[in-house]
Amino acid sequence: MTSAVLAPDGPAANRRSARGGLPLTPVSGLGLGVAMLWFSLLVLIPLAAVVVTASQGGWGGLWQTVTNEQTAAAIRLTVGTAALVTLVNIVMGTLIAWVLVRDRFAGKRALEILIDVPFALPTIVAGLVLLSLYGPDSPLGVNVANTRAAVFLAFLFVTLPFIVRTVQPVLAELDPEIEEAAASLGASRLTTFRRIILPSLTPAIAAGAALSFARGISEYGSLVLLSGNLPMRTEVASVRILSSIENDNPDSAAAVAVVLLTISFAVIVVLDLVQRRVVRRG
Amino acid sequence: MADHSRTTGTRVGGPGPVRHLLRLVVTTYLFLLVAWPLYLVGRNAFADGFVDLTAILTDPDVTHALRLTVVIAVAAVMINTVFGVGISILLVRYNFPGTRLLNALLDVPLSVSPIVVGLALVLVYGGREGWFGPTLEAAGLQIIFAVPGMVLATVFVALPLVIREVVPVLEELGDDQEQAARSLGANALQTFRRITLPSIKWGVIYGVVLSLARSLGEFGAVKVVSGNVLGQTRTATLVVEEKYLNFDKGGAYATAFLLALVAVASIIVVSALRPKEDR
Repeated sequence: MTSAVLAPDGPAANRRSARGGLPLTPVSGLGLGVAMLWFSLLVLIPLAAVVVTASQGGWGGLWQTVTNEQTAAAIRLTVGTAALVTLVNIVMGTLIAWVLVRDRFAGKRALEILIDVPFALPTIVAGLVLLSLYGPDSPLGVNVANTRAAVFLAFLFVTLPFIVRTVQPVLAELDPEIEEAAASLGASRLTTFRRIILPSLTPAIAAGAALSFARGISEYGSLVLLSGNLPMRTEVASVRILSSIENDNPDSAAAVAVVLLTISFAVIVVLDLVQRRVVRRG
Repeated sequence: MADHSRTTGTRVGGPGPVRHLLRLVVTTYLFLLVAWPLYLVGRNAFADGFVDLTAILTDPDVTHALRLTVVIAVAAVMINTVFGVGISILLVRYNFPGTRLLNALLDVPLSVSPIVVGLALVLVYGGREGWFGPTLEAAGLQIIFAVPGMVLATVFVALPLVIREVVPVLEELGDDQEQAARSLGANALQTFRRITLPSIKWGVIYGVVLSLARSLGEFGAVKVVSGNVLGQTRTATLVVEEKYLNFDKGGAYATAFLLALVAVASIIVVSALRPKEDR
């Protein structure tokens, strides 16, 4: 199945070392050392710096920053909208994957490309793109600019590929004979879907949902032009972090960042557990 | 497999109304969410013919930003390709403790907000209070509010893309040929150049194209670490924001159009290059 963007067999868990791989040689050991040094300097140490900075004020300081009225509103909006968008994606993503795998019609290749567009499109351009149809000059007469609906729309756009691309390969591998057997035993289409297809897809849907949620809560670029970043109303967590940075207040920026990182980390763990369960079953 | 999906298409998807309804729902959804808005950006960019496009392409600040964007993206992609191919081979072919953990950590950049990426880099490499920043600046190397920091931010956000494309290919491939090459006396470098690299070529190419698209379009992380200095550290995505906020909508749409063109072209290239049996 095509997935130009997200490797179809998904993230981390599938990337395991071949059973009985080679032991490290001096050269490959050196390579691993250099790679780990680079990865630490680029990713691990900077992320650790965020956590350390946030914890400098102690738990009290962290709690105080995060429960600040405006910050709490931003976090609530971000997490709430991301959850809502993920629910929509679970339904629409599965549906899209279904149509792409099981249906054949002219223009299907074009749909495949449309699915991947949000992944490759710069986020600031994504905001502008949405603004041209759902902004003040909308040919549809729908103007969501500077409202919470704009946040929802932006999240929906940027998270579009995730569930489609995790469900699609699983659906393609599903043995149609089982469905035919169910049907021949008198199961209706709905029963077949609910009892046979849905259980096999659940792990993939869960993995895609986790990615989609994590992408949603961390979104920034597409909202800049679209949502107006109105405090208490359309301001998301990333924007709060940025304004703290710009106000030269790295401590509270780091505190909100830690909340986002914690949620992302939880999501990665859940995703890994789900995939492990699939591997065990398979 | 193609035959299977066709038969099931008629079986479970059902002939007639249900299948057509689903097809209609999906097509409408994607049309309203992606296709139509994307088309409108193109139309807005050419609302006055080629005036806006010519204007940005002759504006020295914009052309400087476009050049800088390309330089940063190319540097970031080169770094990520070397790192990505190397770490993929280590992960798939070698046994060492912590493989699982490293696997999970390599995906972290995908779920970190670009703003947090920027913040993290500033906290470590910032010239005033960063962990390493003051030392590095004393040695004459400014990272934050300069090009090296923008490259770092771009490398961070696009880090997993090459790995995600190369690892499945390596796993699929197995290591029979590499073992054969070694048993015939090839050293590690020869085995890599003659056997491994040609077989993972397409995976690497997809990874590079996707990383390039992602790197050219990075906005949030670059915004935090760049300082956005006109004519120095401003990239194409920052131009879009600045032009739009300064009521130069024509310029914003024209720049956005260029960026969108590259993004869509990358997707089409990757989708066309994928081997047929993969579709």
